Amino acid sequence: MNIQLLRQLQPYLWSLPRKSGEERAEVLLYGTEPLLVSMDDKVLEQAANVASLPGLVGASMTMPDAHWGYGFPIGGVAAFDAEQGGVISAGGVGFDISCGIRCLRSNLNLNDAVPYFPKLANILFHVIPAGVGEEGEIKLNPEQLDQVMHNGAHWAVQHGYGNAADLEYIEEHGRVTGAVPDNVSELAKKRQRGEMGTLGSGNHYLEIQVVDRIFDTAAALAFGLHEGQVLISIHCGSRGLGHQIGTDYLLLLAKAASRTGIRLPDRELACAPIKSPEGQQYIGAMNAAINCALANRQILTHLARTAFTEIYPHAELETLFDVSHNTCKAEMHEIDGKPRLLHVHRKGATRAFAPGHPALPERYRAVGQPVVIGGSMGTGSYILAGASGNPAFASASHGAGRAMSRHQALARWKGRALVDELAQQGILIRTRSMRGVAEEAPGAYKDVDLVAEATEQAGLAHRVAFLRPKVCVKG
Amino acid sequence: MLAQSPPYFEHDADIGIIGRGATVEQAFEAAAQAVFGIVTQLDTVQPKTAVTMEFEEADFELALVTWLNLLLGKARELGMVFSRFHMQHHGNHWRAEVLGEKWHPGLERGVEVKGATLTMLSVKQAGTMWEARCIVDV
Repeated sequence: MNIQLLRQLQPYLWSLPRKSGEERAEVLLYGTEPLLVSMDDKVLEQAANVASLPGLVGASMTMPDAHWGYGFPIGGVAAFDAEQGGVISAGGVGFDISCGIRCLRSNLNLNDAVPYFPKLANILFHVIPAGVGEEGEIKLNPEQLDQVMHNGAHWAVQHGYGNAADLEYIEEHGRVTGAVPDNVSELAKKRQRGEMGTLGSGNHYLEIQVVDRIFDTAAALAFGLHEGQVLISIHCGSRGLGHQIGTDYLLLLAKAASRTGIRLPDRELACAPIKSPEGQQYIGAMNAAINCALANRQILTHLARTAFTEIYPHAELETLFDVSHNTCKAEMHEIDGKPRLLHVHRKGATRAFAPGHPALPERYRAVGQPVVIGGSMGTGSYILAGASGNPAFASASHGAGRAMSRHQALARWKGRALVDELAQQGILIRTRSMRGVAEEAPGAYKDVDLVAEATEQAGLAHRVAFLRPKVCVKG
Repeated sequence: MLAQSPPYFEHDADIGIIGRGATVEQAFEAAAQAVFGIVTQLDTVQPKTAVTMEFEEADFELALVTWLNLLLGKARELGMVFSRFHMQHHGNHWRAEVLGEKWHPGLERGVEVKGATLTMLSVKQAGTMWEARCIVDV
């Protein structure tokens, strides 16, 4: 990114000045100069396009891990007010609706657990359906799938996948309201029949990690974390159902934008007024996909537990938190001293409620919402806590963010060699796709340490713990 | 020179695909090859099962996205991977027969394609060749 195009407002906050005659809201970018320089200029173009959409409140924002996406930048945050003609955008949510991370804390310490990691990795690889074309054991009939779309993780718990305590630590306690399965196409439902309880592919993973460093002792205590502790992170989303909903509504909303006179600088921004029939239809379908994703990660949690207890009979895996990063949610935010209901799009961005927020579980209310910045197999992940005074509609970074294209990564790394190299570093990889491993090489991502530090310095969330990867089942 | 360049272009997070051919139908078939070339090693897929699909679309660019997403949806619904594509086009009506087989352990697992997007979408004629391109989400 050409940093000369930006104006630095604060050490970790930049703006993109409007060109003469340009009619759009403000564009704000959070991050350091090196992180911004590493981003493609397309991030600026896409953030500016979002700023031109009707009903935007405040600014079109990007998080420190932003990169060039489709329509919205990945790492993009935008809030719209329905009362001011605000829009809902399928492109602002993405194809993998409610993709997110479920983080589990264990009662295991690394030193006790590590001798059995090779065996554990093999069992996890056997029980977790991962990779393109892999189906799960659960086959849902249409009525059951409708129940999943209504009840989210509650459906999974009611059917023996996990326990009620899990639900307390999932956003919206495991189920969003407003899901309308009738707004979901038959093809979307058919795509999901074999995909409940599957990890998927691309950047999805199930990772066993160890708490390597604590930054904030009080928050770590509240989150139940200590150095040397084994954790598990599960990164995946709403699978075929969400992908097809994204597909179906992209074209429908593109045509709705045309019908309602919304000028789209990029057709991928396909959107409709929140109050329009098309907008309401998409929201109902999107909420169904969010519940599907929450159920999916709940089932994978259960599968991970079965694998762990096979190796460690006394292992206990508790849900630390489950947070999505491809969503649009209706939330109350204070604007100019007054509460307003906004539809906050987070495309590759994590919600990060501040301490005291009433939606937080009581256990975390004093320290803020757990935020997970996922890593990239070889580097590491961070757990952060939502910060008071977050200036970005309670949003924060979601991952390291890609630094190079998949094509470039394929040209630079070979999957088999990378798996061997990581094994030398004590990180066991299990995968069905060596191509996928090469595309997801740790070196293809930004420095996660810099992203986490910038996230903290920008006042979005503060670091609680750094997690080092030990085993990764790669999709 | 145009026809020899690779059927992919750069994108930070996802993949840009390109299909080229003497007709718009051939360009769409080549675009489908590029998409399923991400999913698996196409020359190892046996054309055992034929699936037909059709749709209506007047806009060539939206037709490309509709075509690719229809393929991806059908493949996932049927648990298949496709390797051969034959398309016909009359007015707004598009009809295709595609061939492939069910997933089995002998097939290379590449990367799942979630959907074709409207980003960097174009279908155009350059000289005697048609070129169809867009970003696919992986």
